[in-house]
Amino acid sequence: MAKHESIKAVPTAKDFRGSVSPDWCPGCGDFGVLRALEMACAKLGRENHDYLTIGGIGCSSNLPGYINTYGMHTLHGRTLPIATGAKLGNHDLTVIVTGGDGDGYGIGGNHFVHTMRRNVDLLYVVMNNQIYGLTIGQASPTSRMGMKTKSTPFGNVEAPLNPVAMAIIAGATYVARGFSGDTRHITELMYQGMEHKGFALVDIFSPCITFNKDNTFPFFKQRVKKLEEIGHDPSDMQAAIEQGMVWGDEIPVGLFYQDTSRAPLDELEPVLGEGGPIAHRELGITKEQGDAIIKRMM
Amino acid sequence: MTKQVQTIKEVTILFAGDSGDGSQTIGTVVTDASAIAGNDVSTLPDYPAEIRAPAGSLAGISGFQLRLSSHAIHTPGDTCDVLVVMNPAALKVNIDRLKPNGILIVNTDNFARRNLRLAGYERNPLEDGSLPRFQVFPVELTRLTRSALEDTGLSQREMDRCKNFFALGMVCWLYNRPVDYTIRWIKEKYARRPQYVEANTLAFKGGIAYCDMTEQFATSYEVKPAKFPPGTYRNIEGNMATALGLVAASQKSGLTLVYGSYPITPASNILHELAKYRNFGVITMQMEDEIASVGVAIGAAFSGALGVTGSSGPGIALKAEAINLAVMVELPLVICSIQRVGPSTGMPTKTEQADLLQMLYGRNGESPLPVIAASRPSDCFETVYEACQIAVKYMTPVIFMSDLYIAFGAEPWRIPKVSDLPPIPVTFRTDSEGFHPYLRDEKTLGRPWAVPGTPGLEHRIGGLEKENITGHVSYDPENHEGMIRLRAEKVARIADDIPPTEILGESEGELLVLGWGGTYGAIRTAVEHKLEEGASVSHVHLRYLNPLPKDLGDILKRFGKVLIPELNLGQLLQLVRARYLLEAIGLNKVQGQPFHVFEIESKIDELLKR
Repeated sequence: MAKHESIKAVPTAKDFRGSVSPDWCPGCGDFGVLRALEMACAKLGRENHDYLTIGGIGCSSNLPGYINTYGMHTLHGRTLPIATGAKLGNHDLTVIVTGGDGDGYGIGGNHFVHTMRRNVDLLYVVMNNQIYGLTIGQASPTSRMGMKTKSTPFGNVEAPLNPVAMAIIAGATYVARGFSGDTRHITELMYQGMEHKGFALVDIFSPCITFNKDNTFPFFKQRVKKLEEIGHDPSDMQAAIEQGMVWGDEIPVGLFYQDTSRAPLDELEPVLGEGGPIAHRELGITKEQGDAIIKRMM
Repeated sequence: MTKQVQTIKEVTILFAGDSGDGSQTIGTVVTDASAIAGNDVSTLPDYPAEIRAPAGSLAGISGFQLRLSSHAIHTPGDTCDVLVVMNPAALKVNIDRLKPNGILIVNTDNFARRNLRLAGYERNPLEDGSLPRFQVFPVELTRLTRSALEDTGLSQREMDRCKNFFALGMVCWLYNRPVDYTIRWIKEKYARRPQYVEANTLAFKGGIAYCDMTEQFATSYEVKPAKFPPGTYRNIEGNMATALGLVAASQKSGLTLVYGSYPITPASNILHELAKYRNFGVITMQMEDEIASVGVAIGAAFSGALGVTGSSGPGIALKAEAINLAVMVELPLVICSIQRVGPSTGMPTKTEQADLLQMLYGRNGESPLPVIAASRPSDCFETVYEACQIAVKYMTPVIFMSDLYIAFGAEPWRIPKVSDLPPIPVTFRTDSEGFHPYLRDEKTLGRPWAVPGTPGLEHRIGGLEKENITGHVSYDPENHEGMIRLRAEKVARIADDIPPTEILGESEGELLVLGWGGTYGAIRTAVEHKLEEGASVSHVHLRYLNPLPKDLGDILKRFGKVLIPELNLGQLLQLVRARYLLEAIGLNKVQGQPFHVFEIESKIDELLKR
C-alpha cells in the first residue's frame, strides 16, 4: 500500500502577510521593511508558529500586528528584555524584535546595550527614520545636529548616536545596516541575521515621509554604498568600527561585523542545556538532569 | 567552683557592635543552633545601610536581636535580657532596650577615650556609676581573644576579627547553647581557609572556657525545647521561604521558573537563593535594571514559563508600566514586593509597610490585580506559593508583599511535605479549533495560555485595548468599558477561593484588632496577653488585600471597635473605612522599627478603657 506522506508546503512570503493592513502613511519606509521581513521569514523556511515578533511603541513597533506570526506589542523601549524572556522560555523560537530609533536607541537604550552584551539570539530590526513619527515629529537620538523639528525649532544642538559602532562595541555578534529602498538587500541582511546564532542588529534607514524632510528616500538613495562592493571584511572588528564611523557623501550599508565564535545566551544557560525548550518539557526535570547540571556548575 | 544551672522559659539576647564586628554572623549562628536545639526562635537583625560605616560611630551600629524560648513566641521581644556590646556606641544605641537587672556584657578594650568621644560619652559609663540597674560584666574581649589565638600565627588584625566568636562562646556558655553546631558551621564557612577555622574555633572555645573558669559568672541558664507539632523543622528567614515557595510552585506546576531581578535591599537575597537552584531548572536573570527584570519575566510567561520578578518599593515603581502590560495581556506573573522605608531611597535597611496603596493603585488606568501579603517569615512560603496558584489559575499578575522585618527575620519552620502542597494545574492550549486569545473560562474569566511555537494558534497580544474574545485592537467605547469591568470582575472572583477568615478570640465583642503583613507577631502577642487578662478583644490578620475576603465586612460589624495597627499613616485603615463605611481606628508608627508589643497593648487598654 502506498504511503501518503504529508508534505508541508514551503511557506511563501504571502503566508506571513497578516490579516490587518498597516496604518502607516502611504509611502512610509516601513512598508519595504515589512515586505522584506516576510520574504526573509519565507527564505528561512520555518513555519509561522515558529516565529515570535515583538514590537515596542512607535510606528515601526506596530509591525508585529501586520505579520502572521506569534506577536506581542509591548511597551515603549522594553522590547528587548521581553524578547530575552520569551527566548529563555522557548529557545526554539525565531525571535524578531522590531522598533524605531526612539524606541530602541532612546528610551530603550539601556536594554539595547545589555541585550547585545548578553548576545541573546534574536534579530533586532530598527527602522531608523531619525525622528519621532507617532508623536508627530520630535528630534530622536539619531537626528542630525542642526535638524529642525517640533522639539528643536532652532535646530538640534545634540549629537546623534551611532548605533552601528555602538553595537559592535557593546557585544552584538551580527551588525548590519540597510536601506528600505533596497528590499532585496535588506531581505538578505535580515535572513542572515536570523540564521546567525546570537544578537543580530539590522539598522534600516526607513524614511519618515511625513515628518523628516532631511533624511528622505532620495537622500539615502544618493549616498548608500554597499560594503560588499567596497570589499570589507566583516570579521575585522577594527575595520567594522571604522566603516561604522563613516557618514557623509557615502554612507556604508551591508554587513559590518559578524562574530560566530561567541555562544548565545541560551547555549550558555545551564538549565537550557538539557531537555529542549522549557515550555515543551515534561513536568520538572529529572534527577539525572539536575545532577548533571550541578556537576557542570561545580 | 560549682556553677549553678537555672531553667528559664525564654531569653532575649542582643548583640551589637560596629558593622564589621560580626554581630549578624554570630546572631545567625546562635539562632540556627537554638532552632536545632528545638527552641522557638524569633530574630530582628537591625543594621545600617553602609557596608562599613565609620568605626565606633553611632550611625554604624549593627545589631542582631534573638529571642529563644520553650514556648510559642511571635516576636523577637520588645526588650532584651542580655546585651553584648563591642563598643561605647553600641552601648549608647541599645542600652534603653535592656531590661532592669539585665545582663550587660561589655568589651572594655574598646572603651578608650576616642571611642567614648565618638559615641558622645563625656565620661566612661562603666566607671561613672550610670549603669546601676544592670548586671554589668566588663570583659577584655579583644585582649582575651588575642591571647586565645596567640599560637595561630595570625596577624593582630585577623585575630581581632575573631572576637565575635569569643563573645558567642560566652553567650553559649551562659545559656547552655549546643556547641557542636557552631563548630561545624565555622568549619564549613571557612573550609577554604583552614587557619580561620582554627582561629574562630579557638576563640569560640575560649569564650566558653573563660565563663567556665572565671568567677564572674556563677550561674548559667537553660531554655528547654519548645513543644512543636511533630515534623521536620528548620530555621528560616522570610526571603529564604519566599525563594523556596517559588521553587515549590515551579515544581508543582511543572513550569520552569524564570526570576528576573535587579539588586535592591531587602529583596536581593531572593535572587541569591534562587540562583542556587539551577538543579531544579530555575533560571535567574540579573538584568540591567528593574524594568528589564520584569520584562524578562513577562516574556518568559508568554513562552510558557513561571515568570517572577522581585524588588522593593522604588523598584516596583519602575516596574509599574510593565506590570500594567501584564494586566492588559493577561499573562501570569508574580511580583515580589519586599517593603522597606520610603519615600524615595528612604532608609533602605529599615522596615515599614507604607507601600500597600502603591501596590493596589500605583499604575495608570483601572488596573486591578490581586495583592496578598505574608505575615511571618515562614508564612512567606505559603503566601508566595498561593500567589503563583492565583497567577496561573486566573491568568493575571499577582503582587506578593513582604517587608524587611519578616524578610530578614527568622523563625522555626515545619518543612511541608511536597505531597501536601495544593496542586497547581496548568494547561497550555493546543487545540486550534475555535481558538481565540481572549476566550474566557466561565468560572475564573481567565483566558487560554497559548504559547508561541504551538501550530495553528498564532495570535498577537499587546497593551492596546482589545476586543473581548478575539483580542483585536479596539477603540470602541462600549467595548472599553466592558473590558474594564471584565478585568475587575476577574480579580473580584478570586475572592471565591479565599477560605473563611480566621479569628483569634471570640467572633464578636468589644474590640477587633485588624492587621496585615509583618505586624502579625506583635499584634498576636498583645492580643493573647489581653485575652489571658480576660479582655474582650480579637485578632484578624489579612493575607488577602485585594480582593478582600468576602466575610470581612460581617466580621468587622460584629465588634464595637476596630483597631488597625500599621507601620504607615493608615493605608489599610483608609481602605477599610472606604469599603465598609466603618469608623476604624488607626495605630500608626513610622520609625523604621517594628511595633513593640506594649505599644499595641496600651492602645488596646486605652480603647477598652481598662
